[in-house]
Amino acid sequence: MPLLEVRGLDKRFGGLQAVRGLDLAVDEGEIVGLIGPNGAGKTTVFNLLSGFLAPDGGEVRFRGRSTRGLKPHRLCRLGMGRTFQIVRPFPRLTVLDNVKVGAFARHVRPGAALERARAVLAEVGLAHRVDVPARSLTLPERKRLELARALATEPVLLLLDEVLAGLNPTEIDQIAPLIGRINARGVAILLIEHNMRAVMAVSHRVVVLCFGEKIADGAPAAVAVAPRVVEAYLGADDEARGPA
Amino acid sequence: MTWIGLGALAVLLALPAVASPYLTTVCTLIFFYGYLGQAWNLVGGYAGQLSAGHAAFVGVGGYTATMLSLEAGLTPWIGMWVGGALAAALGGGIGYLGFRFGLRGFYFVLLTVAFAELLRVITSNVDAVGGALGLYITFTGDPWQFQFQDTRVYYYVALALMVGATLVAWLLERRRFGAYLAAVREDESAAEALGVNTFRVKLLAMVLSSFLTGIGGTFYAFYLFSLQPGTMFGIPLSVEIIIRPIVGGAGTVAGPILGSFILTPLAEVSRLYFGQGGWHGAHLIVYGLLLIGVVLFLPEGAYPRLARALRRRGR
Repeated sequence: MPLLEVRGLDKRFGGLQAVRGLDLAVDEGEIVGLIGPNGAGKTTVFNLLSGFLAPDGGEVRFRGRSTRGLKPHRLCRLGMGRTFQIVRPFPRLTVLDNVKVGAFARHVRPGAALERARAVLAEVGLAHRVDVPARSLTLPERKRLELARALATEPVLLLLDEVLAGLNPTEIDQIAPLIGRINARGVAILLIEHNMRAVMAVSHRVVVLCFGEKIADGAPAAVAVAPRVVEAYLGADDEARGPA
Repeated sequence: MTWIGLGALAVLLALPAVASPYLTTVCTLIFFYGYLGQAWNLVGGYAGQLSAGHAAFVGVGGYTATMLSLEAGLTPWIGMWVGGALAAALGGGIGYLGFRFGLRGFYFVLLTVAFAELLRVITSNVDAVGGALGLYITFTGDPWQFQFQDTRVYYYVALALMVGATLVAWLLERRRFGAYLAAVREDESAAEALGVNTFRVKLLAMVLSSFLTGIGGTFYAFYLFSLQPGTMFGIPLSVEIIIRPIVGGAGTVAGPILGSFILTPLAEVSRLYFGQGGWHGAHLIVYGLLLIGVVLFLPEGAYPRLARALRRRGR
């Protein structure tokens, strides 16, 4: 039984079919990349999975139970962590207090939560910034903080929404291995990413969305050359050639 | 900071022995408004849910304890808990409506003001609770009836209220609930994603805050010996409650107290000098100017700035 199982997921916004009949599965310990052109519905899928949006149809099962009607905080307690594409630190709280909020999901005692938060911050490389208010972090640091907070909730499945976006190649090379290390501890990861090099390198499997529909699902190397994927990213052949 | 607080408390405990009755009265008001400010601070400061109708809870608490005392002979020492419970129920009801339907910012402000105004109009028109004339408490000087010959007793009761509410805030700050309040204030969606039941956290903050405010209502009624719908439920009282923590530093443990020590004497002095000769209400102009100054120069309030300055000197 997969850790996360999605069947026939549908979501409409007025006249726009944002997600159409999506089937998706993530196994325990797996890293799955979710890619697709802009507006393909990737973030909508994340919002549906994590309880921020209610689907119009279809079913999501997480750890064997339906997530219908569950609020985001319930899903978090069940073991689903997520980050936001546009990072959302608690600006006036210190880095440590930001992460402590996540750690409190598993530890009621302040001392235990503090310990957990410090450990996570060391893991993501922010140990030297613990007492700084989150608003004064740089973008790469904010991405790390976003990751640290989600990790502090001790998820079994982590949804990462473009944690590498907006970073330069050096910064990407620093954070990308972190994803592998988190996964090596047994955390399954579903990640949305625009950086193809990173997503192909880190994912065990890649799912491609286009206009809300799944058009490919398989090993990175196979997906990269699938005709429908090439078409979605580069346009159909006759269009590419242009008028004669 | 803890040592400064304990030192100040020792001074305040000894003060009535040497202070004039007028100073004692001003201090009593400082403590009482500091208490109300601290109660508001739990939901308005820490949780960032701007209730602008907290007078509703003062009114419900005050009217409940007074009616129970006048009609049933129940001592206000017990009535205050009944009043607090009813205020908490009202706070829970308002919070449920507001938070269930996702009212934020100005919309939540309007909801809370609407409830306070509603209660003001209702009490003005129901003769059973005194109507527009309100209720009057006959002074007997019986401590069992929350009445004291010696005004210094009010001083100590108000001080105990303020210290008690501050202790509640101080304890919450150090616990998971305090961290969750701050998370809700800073970013609700992010808080949800981190396992915070934001609806429950906001509702609990509202219930706790309105409970404490309702208890304050009993003190207010039995300190003034009279209750009018306008003074107990009116917008001016709601403003008095909010402005101190905002000036002192909303969402900080010392903010409401500092704010009350700044604003209450200011209000007293301006009442003293402008109270006659058509200058009635001049303290409201002072409030307005001060609020503009705080928003412009100290958006976090006075306490965070003071704490930073003290820490720098300590180094």
